[in-house]
Amino acid sequence: MKPPPFEYHAPTTVDDACSLLGSLEDAKVLAGGQSLMPLLNFRLARPAHIVDINRISGFDRIYERDGGVAVQALARQAAVEDSELVARVCPLLRDAVRLVAHRVIRNRGTVCGSIAHADPASELPAVLLALGGSVVARSARAERTIPADELFAGVFETALAADELLVEAWFPRSPSPSAIHEESRRHGDFALAGVVRAGERLALFGVAPTAVLADPSDPTQGIQPSGDLEASPEFRLHLVRALTARAFAA
Amino acid sequence: MRVNGVEHAPPADPRRLLSDHLRHDLGLTGTHVGCEHGVCGCCTVLLDAVPVRSCLMLAVQAEGHEVTTIEGLAPDGEPLHPVQQAFHEAHGLQCGFCTPGFVMSVVGLLAQHPDPTPEQIDEGIAGNLCRCTGYASIRRAVARAAELSNK
Repeated sequence: MKPPPFEYHAPTTVDDACSLLGSLEDAKVLAGGQSLMPLLNFRLARPAHIVDINRISGFDRIYERDGGVAVQALARQAAVEDSELVARVCPLLRDAVRLVAHRVIRNRGTVCGSIAHADPASELPAVLLALGGSVVARSARAERTIPADELFAGVFETALAADELLVEAWFPRSPSPSAIHEESRRHGDFALAGVVRAGERLALFGVAPTAVLADPSDPTQGIQPSGDLEASPEFRLHLVRALTARAFAA
Repeated sequence: MRVNGVEHAPPADPRRLLSDHLRHDLGLTGTHVGCEHGVCGCCTVLLDAVPVRSCLMLAVQAEGHEVTTIEGLAPDGEPLHPVQQAFHEAHGLQCGFCTPGFVMSVVGLLAQHPDPTPEQIDEGIAGNLCRCTGYASIRRAVARAAELSNK
């Protein structure tokens, strides 16, 4: 099995990466590759250009900003999991990262990559949404901040433009109590359904085209999950109610 | 890139996966290929001493890095690596197809947790599939590997 043909670019600065994204047609950013590489291997994605950002040095910082934690594009999930700063300022993020696949995957996968990929069953978009975080998108044109509630547009779709690079995700300090609960067939599998509590805010994942905010007193209102071999829509709604009750029991 | 201590030129074709490069270009067939989308763990190798899926990396991405495969853990004629020795002692393999991936993952697990709890062992091997379902022996092998490594 091998990926379809593409032209490979390995810029060494953020500016070079942005100018490549601005000039190339049909380019895809390769960060940790733990979602993109399977799509390439299965030829579900056939981009003309791959812009590999892994050669950009100093692009993996995890630092304190505006009372929260900023995670740069190349910070691996394993580094976020082990970060003392994340444990102190945003333990909800650490707890969520531990639910992402397995450690060997997290050694390579990035937090920003998970957010840009916007898998509906992914934990990290829901965490960003529940906390009211944001991302910084940069292009050769400009830099802008996109709040989480304007970022997720659909299944694997975000408000990022084709020439924009997600350079940083910002997670506010996680309030107390915060919690993430999910149900999956095995630890590390994609969640059948999951909930994130940040104070009195609730976000759901795995039950809609994107992570969504919900009313803790009526979490399934307006939610119409799809069914598959793993779980029926009714079971997913049941999970939302049960997991919300668990998250708000504390 | 350095593979098991030997310098190699990267492949000319950028779409060559690291797993295929190791097996087909370098002849290092100890790295096995199962699902080729990151689920089974058979192709796990060390990249700068940290376990990663070689089927989810382009070989050109390993340029400038140190790759260790199962062949690099213990050179021919030398004693087995403690994790290999433990899998041997505890019968941590049946057909052996998944074994190189398990061994490389466990090397990473013990680097992170030199004295793992049973829960850490379970979580540490959860990303590797054994279709012989020999997990009970594999768990014992990991505990034994920790003993041997800490001696």
